Amino acid sequence: MPTPDSKARQTALFNAHTAAGGKMVDFGGWNMPVQYTSILEEHAAVRNAAGLFDISHMGQVFVSGTSSEAWLNSLLTNDVRQLSPGEGQYTLMLNENAGTVDDLLVFRIDDQNFLLVVNASRAERDLKWMKKWLNGNATLDYEPETRAALAIQGPRAIQIIEKTFPDFFHAPKHNEIETWEYDKHPVLISRTGYTGEDGFELFFDASIAEELWNRLLKEGKGLGCLPAGLGARDSLRLEACLPLYGHELDETISPLEAGLSPFVSFDKPEKFIGREFLREQREKGLQRKLVAFEITGPGAPPRADYPVWKNGRVIGKVTSGGLSPTFRKGIGLALIEITEATLGNTLEIEIRGNKLPAVIVKRPIYRKPS
Amino acid sequence: MNLPDNLKYADSHEWVLVDGDVATVGITDHAQSELSDVVFVELPKTGRTTAAKEAVAVVESVKAASDIYTPVSGEIIATNPELTADPALINTDPYGKAWIFKIKLSAPQELAGLKDAKAYASHIGK
Repeated sequence: MPTPDSKARQTALFNAHTAAGGKMVDFGGWNMPVQYTSILEEHAAVRNAAGLFDISHMGQVFVSGTSSEAWLNSLLTNDVRQLSPGEGQYTLMLNENAGTVDDLLVFRIDDQNFLLVVNASRAERDLKWMKKWLNGNATLDYEPETRAALAIQGPRAIQIIEKTFPDFFHAPKHNEIETWEYDKHPVLISRTGYTGEDGFELFFDASIAEELWNRLLKEGKGLGCLPAGLGARDSLRLEACLPLYGHELDETISPLEAGLSPFVSFDKPEKFIGREFLREQREKGLQRKLVAFEITGPGAPPRADYPVWKNGRVIGKVTSGGLSPTFRKGIGLALIEITEATLGNTLEIEIRGNKLPAVIVKRPIYRKPS
Repeated sequence: MNLPDNLKYADSHEWVLVDGDVATVGITDHAQSELSDVVFVELPKTGRTTAAKEAVAVVESVKAASDIYTPVSGEIIATNPELTADPALINTDPYGKAWIFKIKLSAPQELAGLKDAKAYASHIGK
């Protein structure tokens, strides 16, 4: 059973978490709440109302300078030139062999200022990698101890945001970012998330973290909003089939294998790191691909690393799995041989020696009602 | 934390209720609270003979699968079918409706090595 790691860093909300009954665990070098009352309750709150997550463990890297656009385009797979000020995109950073160093969001705050939001567990590695390739007039600013971030997710998130920021009427649209203020401090607010629901992510100075956390909870109280931990964040993103670094992505998995080709721009003028290898992979054809699956019978939920079988042969492994709280059945993502990676194909997942029937389904497994 | 006095406890967070030469085994209130929402229980096969401290069942929460160890040696003579239909009983009634299996003791002297409620409370820091 997990125990808090004393070496792990604390976010500005550590005291707020323990006061709210948060069960603290080490995640990516940070001491974070895995749940407050129940992962199932917190999951349902996000699907039906709203949930508030501390995401201060995620790295906020500010990039600025006259060459920042060109430099980011040589570092990241997506095309930042497509972004107008106030817009963001999902993107990936690759090594020379087209393995994934990290997956991240990049926002163009204004012409020459960008915000990169990177995974907690990868922040140190990312910074080293970025500094190695840094050139031209571009500077990096990463000060984790001074920054905090929150995600408010769910169909009622927008109502809570409107009540918390009454002076700001124009909520950003999907993937947009704006600079608002709370108590005279700037708050970057984007219409993004990691749950498959509508929602917002807020990036701000750590000094206002507790006040903003309490205010959002207060405004959300009558609307069914709950504080939600990393457990619900994981079950929500799995239903939405969003990749988790270290599971669906790592330094040996390419974005094409992970099914993320819409976020790779082969055509932009800058040759991003890993492009040649990736192009070769595309031309030769992939060997393996990530698929979403559902267990079709009763039985234990699938988990990461369980073998995937077809016709008496192991054809890959589960990268993430669990019981879907929304659908009440076992679901997962698996990296399998490309020849078997077709919609509707039946597979078997080996769970402690038993083989359970599964079927490849369309991603995402959960899509929010429109 | 609920720790009934009539039970014996294993360091691995199972409880044992002894009745003659049969022990009923489940997991403690502390264990269910640490696991939180239980969504699946894999029961042992009846008729299986097992040594103490072997993993015989699996309790799965939303997040992870956890092995359940038998605190005593013997033959598994019954399992709780209600847990298949309603795994969350582990959370709501860990010492009652959520018993996991019954085992016929082959080495009753092992019971002396288990903890009483007070010693288990100190083991979990309560």
